[in-house]
Amino acid sequence: MSEPRKGIILPQVAVSRVNASLARRRASERRFRTYGRIAIGIALAFLFTLFVSIFTKGIPGFFQYYVTLEVVIDREKIDPAGDLSVQSLYDGDARGIIRSALYDATGAKGRSGRKAAGKLISLGAEQRLRQAILDNPSLLGKKVAMKFALDDDVDSFLRGYISRAVPEKDRRIDDTQIEFIEKLQRLQLISYDFSDYLIFGSASRDPEIAGIKGAFIGSMLTLAICLLLAFPMGVATAVYLEEFAPKNRITEIIEININNLAAVPSVVFGILGLAVFIAMFGMPRSIPLIGGVVLALMTLPTIIISSRAAIRAVPPSIRDAALGVGASKLQTVMHHVLPLAMPGMLTGTIIGMAQALGETAPLLMIGMVAFIVDIPGSVTDPGTVLPVQIFMWADFAERMFIHKTSAAIIVLLVFLIFMNAVAIFIRSRLERRW
Amino acid sequence: MSSPVIAVIVLFISLGYFFVGIRVTSGLAPNGMRYQSRPHYSGLFAALLAFLPSSFLLIVLSIGDDLVFQQLALNFVPETVSTTEDYKEIIVLAQIENVVNGINFGEQPEWVYQAAEAWQGWLSTSSILKTGSVIGLCLVGGFYGFLKLGPDFRSRNAVERIILLILASSSAIAILTTIGIVFSVVFESLRFFALVPVKEFLFGLTWNPQFEGAERAGSGQMGIATYGSVPLFVGTLLISVVALSVAVPVGLFSAIYLSEYASSRVRSIIKPLLEMLAGVPTVVYGFFAALTVAPFIRSMGMTVGLDVASESALAAGLVMGIMIIPFVSSLSDDVINAVPQALRDAAYGLGSTKSEAIRKVVLPAALPGVVASVLLAVSRAVGETMIVVMAAGLAANLSFNPLDAVTTVTSQIVTILVGDQEFESAKTLSAFALALTLIVITLGLNFGSLQIVKKYREQYE
Repeated sequence: MSEPRKGIILPQVAVSRVNASLARRRASERRFRTYGRIAIGIALAFLFTLFVSIFTKGIPGFFQYYVTLEVVIDREKIDPAGDLSVQSLYDGDARGIIRSALYDATGAKGRSGRKAAGKLISLGAEQRLRQAILDNPSLLGKKVAMKFALDDDVDSFLRGYISRAVPEKDRRIDDTQIEFIEKLQRLQLISYDFSDYLIFGSASRDPEIAGIKGAFIGSMLTLAICLLLAFPMGVATAVYLEEFAPKNRITEIIEININNLAAVPSVVFGILGLAVFIAMFGMPRSIPLIGGVVLALMTLPTIIISSRAAIRAVPPSIRDAALGVGASKLQTVMHHVLPLAMPGMLTGTIIGMAQALGETAPLLMIGMVAFIVDIPGSVTDPGTVLPVQIFMWADFAERMFIHKTSAAIIVLLVFLIFMNAVAIFIRSRLERRW
Repeated sequence: MSSPVIAVIVLFISLGYFFVGIRVTSGLAPNGMRYQSRPHYSGLFAALLAFLPSSFLLIVLSIGDDLVFQQLALNFVPETVSTTEDYKEIIVLAQIENVVNGINFGEQPEWVYQAAEAWQGWLSTSSILKTGSVIGLCLVGGFYGFLKLGPDFRSRNAVERIILLILASSSAIAILTTIGIVFSVVFESLRFFALVPVKEFLFGLTWNPQFEGAERAGSGQMGIATYGSVPLFVGTLLISVVALSVAVPVGLFSAIYLSEYASSRVRSIIKPLLEMLAGVPTVVYGFFAALTVAPFIRSMGMTVGLDVASESALAAGLVMGIMIIPFVSSLSDDVINAVPQALRDAAYGLGSTKSEAIRKVVLPAALPGVVASVLLAVSRAVGETMIVVMAAGLAANLSFNPLDAVTTVTSQIVTILVGDQEFESAKTLSAFALALTLIVITLGLNFGSLQIVKKYREQYE
């Protein structure tokens, strides 16, 4: 045993070899740790860039330029029939009233000058004037200062997107108009204010008066249908599978099915809605009812899976105690297991709803992408939803829509963050650990 | 009466039965015996018998009547019309229904008005029949339940059986959804493959759908529609590869760092932040890709002298990669955490550094789970729609260059199916065939990842 066997080395040699390799190994250790830091740094940088890019574009979207004009509301002109009906106001010359106030303020003269001045103001101004009179008939016959939205090209000019250095014929704003704008600015009639159109306006091709109200209400209606269907069905399924289902082939098939449904791309649920509800049952397109049903089917697996986890987390001793004092199986579940599992189920449901709120693709399939100006009053009125509205706006070329789209995204994100915060709150406060 | 009104009436009748049931079974029975079940179970029993069958009937009638009317209305179509070449049932029905609903676009042929008038008649008849039968069934059902209530009747057991039935049938919804998806996709796909050979669809190299399915023979003017899906799958593959080459390294290294190196405080901050990436709606990513990332990449390409398409696969793939980082990281994180501490301790005991323990012990042990999470991320990338619709464009180029514009399966499905479509044309049907392949691929990936986990998972303990 005096000769060392092959492959076995003396301790001193081993120590020296290890010492020699230590520097290299420690360096590789540091490198490895740095890779991890870099990866996290990249992921967070992406997140940061995403939010910064959305917010820097979106915050200006909450504001827009208005012009304050002294309009003389001539009773004859605005309300020719004299009965203050909507029809009469539409027959009246609201445009003329606003235009003449505008000509006075800008000092526009001649045909071309007036034409240029007329283009400064948004088409939505007339509607605003009519609405003001409907709301407050005492304005008739008076001279009132009113704030009207400026046209989106003027808005872009005031934001500095349209440069004066560009030759006049390539600009969407000509020199006369710039002159007028500067005059209005000198008179301090132009103001940069919170955009009420964004929140209270409905869909429009004119970016300065387009708003998210219709889409927002559509989203709420769709989400309500989705919640009403998905929550009871999801909980019922979870209760059945966890507490009652016999361990047999059918149960196994159902379980595999649910897991598979969770993996199906969302756009496929849209195809299901299109083929079954619209093509087969002949239901109308674009209605929140079908949207809600499709989203409910899509979120069902999420709710079932999290509800099952919540039920499983309730310790068996609770069930044994209830059964021990003579409760039936269903009473045990309804009176004890379900209330204890409820926070977990609610968390899963809220997360599922947040998913549904942000979902776009399946709703495109069932036609919720149509251009709908009316605000949906019920679940069977055609409507659209917030993410689809964002998708549609993102396609429009006008510069101002970029800001409006980003602002709408901010509204959507605020809701999603709020929902997730509620879910986290429920999880941390109400959920019991056993 | 309209369906919602009937539903409210049914609800009220059922509530009435509920309270009547409670009332009669409170206290002692006429023969002095005690009732077997608590009163509210008796009430519930009568109410459920009143409510369930009638509401089911209401749903069936409300959905069914339109379908029956449509068949009846087709009888009004004269033979001279129904035998013409471009006759479409859907269009004829839409004409009739427009007249019924009082929407009139110009003058219609006489038979349309006749059909519409008859339709109006059916509507009122069916409304009376529906109201009568549903409310009648509700009353009869409740009364039957009420009659059964007696001292010996075990209403709790009966109610529990009914509730159990409801629970079981709600779990059948998942199956119904799957069947619905499969049928809606498979039937239309079969119709598509009757028009276009499977071989052309799977192996054809050009994708150029035209709306006139009939023009396939090639009248010259319309151009020839070709349904070779290879460019779409190559586009999907290309974008997924770009996405994964972002998401896998970043996600995996983040997971390793978070589970092995980071303190619990850092972890509790970073992990939710990473998961926020998964909570951002895809339409927001699409907007970000189209408006921020794509122009950035294009201008970067310009500065180094590369010609980048304004809707490049690189931009869409990069943003999609950001989106799926959390899928890779949180799933891998779970798997890495599941590797028992004893394995790490053993590695440290043999003198390995932390990174050596991770690379040589922890990762190999966690590999099946990591692979499964990557496969799930792939299926996510393949099925992702909004980012590619908004940022990848529609040009069906057969290209492996990430700087080119490509299109994907999902974005073609959306483009074809958004808006009005005829279910007869090969173009519309092709979307269903694409959806079928999409489902097969994603389910295959899902199944594969489950199998890997099942087969290679090490059981420690």
